[in-house]
Amino acid sequence: MRVARQIGQRLVTALPSVAGVIVVTFLLTRILPGDTAAYFAGPAATPAAIEEIRARLGLDQPLPVQFLHYVGDLARGDFGASLTTGQPVLADITARLPASAELVLVALVLAVAIAVPLGIVAALKERSMIDHACRVVATAGVSLPVFFTGLLLVYVFYYILGWAPSPLGRLDVFASAPPTASGFFLIDTLLAGDVETFRATLAQLALPAATLAIFALAPIARMTRGAMLSVLGSDFVRTARAAGLSPGTVVMGYAFRNAVLPVITTLGMVFSFLLGASVLVEKVFAWPGIGSYAVEALIASDYAPVQGFVLVMAVLYLLLNLCIDILYGLIDPRVRIDA
Amino acid sequence: MSAAGLSATRPSSGLTATLQHARHVITENPVTGLAFALFLLLVMTAILGPSLVPYDPLATDSSASLRPPSARHWFGTDQLGRDIFSRVVVATRLDMIIAVTSVAVVFAAGGLAGIAAGYFGGWTDRIVGRLADTIMAFPLFVLAMGIVAALGNTVTNIVIATAVVNFPLYARLARAEANIRRDAGFVMAARLSGNTDLRILLFHIMPNILPIMVVQMSLTMGYAILNAAGLSFIGLGVRPPTPEWGIMVAEGAAGIISGEWWVALFPGLTLMGAVFCFNLLGDGVRDIVDPQRRT
Repeated sequence: MRVARQIGQRLVTALPSVAGVIVVTFLLTRILPGDTAAYFAGPAATPAAIEEIRARLGLDQPLPVQFLHYVGDLARGDFGASLTTGQPVLADITARLPASAELVLVALVLAVAIAVPLGIVAALKERSMIDHACRVVATAGVSLPVFFTGLLLVYVFYYILGWAPSPLGRLDVFASAPPTASGFFLIDTLLAGDVETFRATLAQLALPAATLAIFALAPIARMTRGAMLSVLGSDFVRTARAAGLSPGTVVMGYAFRNAVLPVITTLGMVFSFLLGASVLVEKVFAWPGIGSYAVEALIASDYAPVQGFVLVMAVLYLLLNLCIDILYGLIDPRVRIDA
Repeated sequence: MSAAGLSATRPSSGLTATLQHARHVITENPVTGLAFALFLLLVMTAILGPSLVPYDPLATDSSASLRPPSARHWFGTDQLGRDIFSRVVVATRLDMIIAVTSVAVVFAAGGLAGIAAGYFGGWTDRIVGRLADTIMAFPLFVLAMGIVAALGNTVTNIVIATAVVNFPLYARLARAEANIRRDAGFVMAARLSGNTDLRILLFHIMPNILPIMVVQMSLTMGYAILNAAGLSFIGLGVRPPTPEWGIMVAEGAAGIISGEWWVALFPGLTLMGAVFCFNLLGDGVRDIVDPQRRT
């Protein structure tokens, strides 16, 4: 009950951010270069036709009125239509979102699975080889252009070694997609009991997910190391050690449980990076997610999908930050979620 | 007693002490020294590069397309037979200009907004804070894409977008630092002797937080280059045939799966090296101007 109320209060504090995001995306639609009405009317339109379209799009109204219309459209789920696909933007985005979500989540899990143990070991053996290796990985990871890492991995694992399938989308062209349940191919194939397609999905996913994970490793490892170092130096760890608890209990049961909070905070920032970087990775691997959708639309000067994409990404990011705050409150009862 | 010991005990003026300290930081850690050397190389390449390269970076030669690296073409040639080495070298200027300009813009805008917010508090603070929060609510690269899409597909707008997404970082830092100092003794003394708020901000508070802001600049330089290269990789801002690292990697992407690794590799490595250099340089600059925060 208390938790539910706290979550509700936290949702309320997210409202200004949502409002800010909507205002910014609205402004982005209204500062398009040139005359939007003329753009939609096409090059051969007469002035009268442009005026008519301007009236139909509501562009002859004052800006606040336009804003209200915009909010109304969003509330009805009307994000406009894509000129290239001819579909409503929302339909396009919902169709493509699972591909992006699967990629980013797998990458995040992979990065956490590698970076957290690495950071813990680096902190336990400060100034050892592992610690130095951790630092090199951390500095190199933030310096790598993610699209370049992706291409390097493709060259090594596809062209030279031949281990990876060709970097063209979520599934081989000859394989058929599993029946849609969650939209996540990894889950859908297992639900359908199709082990072979599951393996094919995993193979396609491996390189793009690894590319993103390498990118996300650095901040997580660095934060884990820092947090562990400060906790390991604290009195309660010394007391636990002095009381003769086993090193495993001290490190995992006492130290890590306390060090995990700043790491979770970092995850929020890492997720922001990942969402941005996923656009580049999707382009490299021809991944049919919302990032490559936005890029294709951008190149075709098709603005509605881009705006929809920016809005959806911002909402996803807000939701994740909400989840992190709630998780935070559950892990550490001292933290009040609405703070 | 050695000469070094003697010079250390000699009282020196502020500037010489700073220079001595800078020399110490650069020579003490070979990695920092390397970063400064690389930085000098980058700057020299940006300035002199276009007049030194062996080939015209735009000159196509269909008889020599997709040649692997050789003595004639150190980095090989691309699909149109252009010399990749020349293109990589010439691109340095554009990439550096984008990074430096965007960092300078956000330094001025974010720094001033942050100082004003920290100094005046109240509504100024709330507006700047809300602005920063709103920008932070977006995944930054995605917002940069949206801004370039909305403002138009030009290099100037890449600079603007990179500056905007870095705004919260600078504004918050400057706000925090100015807030600590708003009631400091020297500020009160300045106010008491009749200085206007603007004068206090610009000539009393600003110089004091400059070192921290400079560190921030060198730390965000690498991110600025990555951001700009990422945008041009997806086809924003820089148009072909202009040489720029991100777009050159994009042009070489197709060759990766058919074995023409050199088209993407060399611009990619250069980009990586530049970003790596700036990240290391940031730590070095911090050691020089802000010795208390050495890690």
